[in-house]
Order: sequence, then C-alpha cells, then structure tokens
Amino acid sequence: MKTYTYTEKKDTRSGFGAGLAELGRTNPNVVALCADLIGSLKMNEFIKENPERFFQVGIAEANMMGIAAGLTIGGKIPFTGTFANFSTGRVYDQIRQSIAYSGKNVKICASHAGLTLGEDGATHQILEDIGMMKMLPGMTVINPCDFNQTKAATIAIAEYEGPVYLRFGRPSVPIFTPADQKFEIGKAIKFTEGTDVTIVATGHLVWEALEASKVLHEAGISAEVINIHTIKPLDDAAILESVAKTGCVVSAEEHNILGGLGESVARLLATNSPAPQEFVGTNDTFGESGTPAQLMDKYGLSSTAIVEKVKKVIERK
Amino acid sequence: MPNIKHLEDICTQVRRDILRQVHKVNSGHPGGSLGCTEFFVALYNEIMDRKDAFEMDGIGEDLFFLSNGHISPVFYSVLARAGYFPVEELNTFRLIDSRLQGHPTTHEGLPGVRIASGSLGQGMSVAIGAAQAKKLNNDDKIVYTLHGDGELQEGQNWEAIMYASAKKVDNLISTVDLNGQQIDGATDDVLPMGSIKAKFEAFGWTVLEIEEGNNLEAVLEGMAKAKAETGKGKPVCVLLKTIMGNGVDFMMHTHAWHGKAPNDEQLEIGLAQNPETLGDY
Repeated sequence: MKTYTYTEKKDTRSGFGAGLAELGRTNPNVVALCADLIGSLKMNEFIKENPERFFQVGIAEANMMGIAAGLTIGGKIPFTGTFANFSTGRVYDQIRQSIAYSGKNVKICASHAGLTLGEDGATHQILEDIGMMKMLPGMTVINPCDFNQTKAATIAIAEYEGPVYLRFGRPSVPIFTPADQKFEIGKAIKFTEGTDVTIVATGHLVWEALEASKVLHEAGISAEVINIHTIKPLDDAAILESVAKTGCVVSAEEHNILGGLGESVARLLATNSPAPQEFVGTNDTFGESGTPAQLMDKYGLSSTAIVEKVKKVIERK
Repeated sequence: MPNIKHLEDICTQVRRDILRQVHKVNSGHPGGSLGCTEFFVALYNEIMDRKDAFEMDGIGEDLFFLSNGHISPVFYSVLARAGYFPVEELNTFRLIDSRLQGHPTTHEGLPGVRIASGSLGQGMSVAIGAAQAKKLNNDDKIVYTLHGDGELQEGQNWEAIMYASAKKVDNLISTVDLNGQQIDGATDDVLPMGSIKAKFEAFGWTVLEIEEGNNLEAVLEGMAKAKAETGKGKPVCVLLKTIMGNGVDFMMHTHAWHGKAPNDEQLEIGLAQNPETLGDY
C-alpha cells in the first residue's frame, strides 16, 4: 500500500496567501479585496507588492462582494478575502444576484472554514458553506487539502473564467501533496489504490482518510482514498469507477452532512449505481469552542471516526 | 444644444412603451418607470458618453447601473430606443424565453444590461467596483447609477456610500429617485429617512438637487452640473425629485401603480395622453 508522510505542517490559508502573491507577479488583472482580515487571510505579500491592486473594504462584506462584481466589468479578476462564514451566509444574496446570476468572474476566497477554526466557537465555525455555494447555478466549489494544493488551486482559479468558491482553513496541517502538482479543477486525485472500500474526502479530512487507510490496512481492509478537492463540478467518472470496484463508499468532510460532499456523492450513486454509503461530517449541529483536535474528535471527524464508518459500510455490502 | 423637442418625443414614446409592456403581461412596475422617463432619456441620449457599436466590455465609455431593477420597463424601452436591441423585442417583456426578464439580468445576454438587479441595495457597490476598475485602467469615463429612495433603507447602500467617499471614487454619479413612495405607501409613513441630502453630505459626498425631475431641461442641466463635479475627489449624488406615474394623470402622486398594470380601458386613456411619436413597436 502506498503510504504518505510529511516533514512539515502549514496552514492552508498560507497556501492561499502564497498563491495570491504569485498571481500578483504573473497576472496583472488579478486584484484583491479584504474586509479587515488581511493578516488572517495571509494577504500581506500581495498587498506589499501590489498596493494599487488591493482594496481594503473595511468590515462590510456585502459591499465587498458587490465591488468585486463591478471590478470584473473592465477585465479585472477579483479575489475576495474574509472568513468562510462572512464569505457565504452573510452575503448569500449579494453572491447570488450580483455574482452568480450575473455570471461575474469573482473568486470568493474563504478562510477559517469548519470546526478547526477552534476557540472562537460556533459563531465563526461555518459548516453549511459548501451546501450554500454548491446550490448556486454556475458556482465552482473547491476545498483543497494542504498548503501546496491550496496554493496551486489559488493559481488555477485565476485561469478559469467564472465564479469560484475557494474554501480553506486556519490550523497547521501536514503537507503531503507535491509542490509541483498542477491543480486541475474538477479532477479528483487518487491517493491510494484499494479494493474493499472507497473513501472520498475533501479539505482537512483527506489527511485523516490517509491515516485511516493505514489503520485499515493493518486490519486487512484495502481502502481507496480519493481526494475530491472540487466538490462542484464533481468528478463523477472517478467516483463511479472506484465504487464499481469497491462496492461501497465513505464520504469525509469538515462540513454538515446535510448539503455537503457526501450528499453530492449519494446523488451520483443513486442515479447511476446505488451502493452503501456512510457519512463522516457534522450531523445537523453547530460547533463550539475548543482546540481543533478536540473538536474534530468530539464531532466525529477524526481518522478513528473514518475507520469506524468504513467497517460499518463494509458490513452493509 | 440638445434638441429638446426630439428628446420630448422620445419621452412620450417611452411612456407608451412602458404602458404597453406592462399591460400586455398584466404585470410589471409602471409607476416608478414613468417617473424616471426624463432621467433615462436624458442620460442615454445626451449625458452619457457611449460607444457607438454597443460593445459590452465596459471599457472607454460611461456606464450605467440600475439598482432598483423593478423599473425595468423604462430601462428596456430606453435601451431599445437607443439601439442596444430591436424595439420589437419589447413585445417579449416578462414572457417565457425572453431576454427581457421581469428584473434586468445579464443572464440572458441582453445588450445594455451589465448586472442583475431587483434584490435591492446592491447596485451602488457594483458601480463602485466598475468605477475603481476604470481608475486602474486609466479610463477617464464616468459611472452612473440610479436608486429608489425607499431602496436606501437597505443597509448595503450605506456601506457603499461610506466606502465611495473614503476611497475618493470621484468618477461616480449616483442618482436617487426621490418620489417619496414605496410599495406599502409614502416613504415617510413606511420608514421616515429624514434628510437624505444631509446623510449623503455627512458621508462626504457632493450632493446636487434636481427639483423638477420630470422637466427634461432641468434634468439635462442638473446632470451636466453633476458631471462637472466629477474628478474632484468626491463621489457625486443627485437627488432627483420625481412624480411617480408622471405623464399618465391617474397614475400620478400615488404608490398604487408601483407594481400594477393598467387594464384595457386604462391603457387607452394613458396612451391618449401620450400620442405616438417615434412609432410603436
């Protein structure tokens, strides 16, 4: 079995910051906006190098989304930066009308997504954002898994014409994808080959899925771990091909199981080739204060939780 | 000098277009549309510096954003009469498979529309973005917007108003249609807003008033003054006092025709008060 290790941990938001800085040097049309969270979004380097292409909007996210939509008229490629909560729920109608329905080329970049925001608690820990964004017609939804993938995704979405929701997080997590791996929107990445179960994972849960696959291997269970970095459009073919082989699937995400990646996978399977599925995610609940590790454990988002769901889904085959 | 007679003929025809659009589908918003007819006709035929080929890249010409999208009948009529799309297409207003949706949208590719609007309070933010893009592009043209007065109750406007002056977006002219009416009645009854002029001034804008917003010459003069105020470090606000339903006597001075279409008989009365000038579609 192919195993993954890491030598360094970094936050995915720094991957966004690094990607944005590189775009600042390579693409003169890229502009950035922030609603008073420059440091949290790691936008300092871009701003230092391109002060004329940065717009500090203040604590006014609705206005920021509208300005971003307007900046596209005249050829700019705006990247908005704030927490995931304030990038989605707070401004849903602005995104819906001025960006998605209007077909504007805005990149909504959302940090501190999910429980791993930690101690700030449920007011800031959005677990519904993937659902809200994937329901918008024409919106691309991306949740990369580590520093390198987030950096690559940030660079890739500038080349894509259309609205994108890019979701990343605050905690330091292992870097386990290659720094030179090109990011292809909508193209799943198979991390391990397996025959007994397919684990489709997104964001921070990809590393947990890989950890789970090691434990499962020792227990004689062969797991195929697929990284779904793009939740919409979903890589239907990759999932169907894998599940055709393994006969069951576990979805894993740092998000409510209502409306997340798992539901997209369930719809895909139900309409093509139904197979038993188990869901790793939060279950219709708000989060709370705590360390990221404590929260991932308490809300069933750890590798241990994935192992349990795998055993359960295999029994249902 | 603008040919006032010609512009007045366009206004009369636009009022007919408005009435006929909403009558045909028995839906739409005639009141605010009629009240803003002179403003739209002045803007698109005299004030704005527009490219002749109707390109939609937004570069090198003045731009307009309608924030209170429900007055789409006047917007569509003026765009069609200016040449953005065939006037016959006004026949498709609010019909299935039409580019002329109930509220304006870019989604169906209708030339002249640069943003979807209808959910209120979003247009000024978009216009600010477009104005700032112009500055980045060294494009010295101007961005215009129109807002309802009731629409100013939406909080996003005040985020945008604060931002525009803080960032010296001085290539922006935002006009507020002060007709004093909204769906549930007079703005002063629904939610009194006090002095809108004082509010914009307190937020750092240059404010001009057009007392007779349905007098074409007054609108032309007022908008020319507004244009002269751009480029001076402040965004410019025009308070345009209009009469809702203007030009159709039974629709005037009331909110009753905000979102209601005339019946056959009412249409005939309204059309008789606005005889055909440029030719009906």
